[in-house]
Amino acid sequence: MPFSKQDMAARAAQEIEDGAIVNLGIGLPTLVPDYLPEGREIWLQSENGILGMGPYPYEGEEDPQVINAGKQTVTIVDGGSCFDSATSFAMIRGGHVDLSILGAMQIGANGDIANWAIPGGRTMGIGGAMDLAAGSKRILVMSTHVTKKGKPKLLRRCSFPLTAVGVVDRVITDLGVFDPVGEGFRVVELAPGVERAEVEAKTDAALE
Amino acid sequence: MGKVRESVEQALEGIEDGASIMVGGFGLCGNAEALIRGVVEKAPKELTLISNNAGNLGKGLAAWLNAGLIRKIFCTYVGNNEDLHRMMADGTVDVTILPQGTFVERMRAAGAGIPAFFTPTGVGTVVAEGKEIREFDGREYVLEEALHADFALIRAAEADPFGNLRFYRTARNFSPIMATAAKTTVVECDQLVGLGEIDPDDVHLPGAFVQRVLPVAEHEDAIEYRTTRPRPEGG
Repeated sequence: MPFSKQDMAARAAQEIEDGAIVNLGIGLPTLVPDYLPEGREIWLQSENGILGMGPYPYEGEEDPQVINAGKQTVTIVDGGSCFDSATSFAMIRGGHVDLSILGAMQIGANGDIANWAIPGGRTMGIGGAMDLAAGSKRILVMSTHVTKKGKPKLLRRCSFPLTAVGVVDRVITDLGVFDPVGEGFRVVELAPGVERAEVEAKTDAALE
Repeated sequence: MGKVRESVEQALEGIEDGASIMVGGFGLCGNAEALIRGVVEKAPKELTLISNNAGNLGKGLAAWLNAGLIRKIFCTYVGNNEDLHRMMADGTVDVTILPQGTFVERMRAAGAGIPAFFTPTGVGTVVAEGKEIREFDGREYVLEEALHADFALIRAAEADPFGNLRFYRTARNFSPIMATAAKTTVVECDQLVGLGEIDPDDVHLPGAFVQRVLPVAEHEDAIEYRTTRPRPEGG
């Protein structure tokens, strides 16, 4: 059985150290806080200007002026703070964010990441992605191993417009956990029941 | 003449065709709603808009797009902004998409008297194409230039007559930085308070960066993506 989305989130949660400052990208990464091991403290950073972001509010308690970078209503935990965008990106670019967990369209074996534009596709924009990728101390990518059409997303080199070069430390997919090591990906672990041959067939780079 | 204005018209005086205007807000959060509407009524043309999203869901700055006021946009994210997608496809607006940290730092630099700076963000991507790259301590950085504007239209929670400001939660975002980078900063405040009512240590942006203050009590404050969690059983 490959990892479910929930399994992937639980596996990603294990990568977070106690007390870490963490920025979560849109999509799969937002599931991670639900799977933190008991007693582990983290401080979620939202690039629109929150350190200490809490869960979504209860219905009826939404504040239109308390949102995350995906423009969803959120809450702020005790000890949280709000600040302007220049301070937020000083935090990000200056290396004060311990870990960013990002989604991706392509990941290169050289650590490159492409997650903001598809050639010929609709331009969604860059947002905070390039700053997070360039500035965070550690980059963890969560992604399905292949696209909806079955094409590999882990490649020797990315072909889509890049977000940042050589920054990805680890990739968690539905098939396992992989580290980009230059010309190929090192297999850290395989999801339960997943054979190496399947991963090889679905990865456009060597496995080490 | 003091800084406090009594009408939107007075607050927007001097905005003409071809003006460059920074508008605060992260999407629809923290929008100077009355000032944004006022510009539509005033209808200057060929504007350069500098704002993170240029509206969304047909609201906010989408009205400027639909009224044909804008020639050029600097933003960071288009997302589901269908009005902007359509105009980008038509070629009716010239859109420059920047990394968000570079976007705000270019404005910060402008306001701080710094003409350019080197950033690691965007190195090796399309963002760095045609720009100077320099190595510091073994890492490459790209040169980015300051971004100025004629006007900044921003929202604050509290303002006093000197233009000292306090912001509320994530409505702060780009607004205090834009205020430093524009020749004329116009603040739409939820509440106008007296001098001294904001403790000096609690002023988020000093009045030196603010030229006009317009109190506006009512705001729509539209939520783009209302997201909630279930209440615990019996809670």
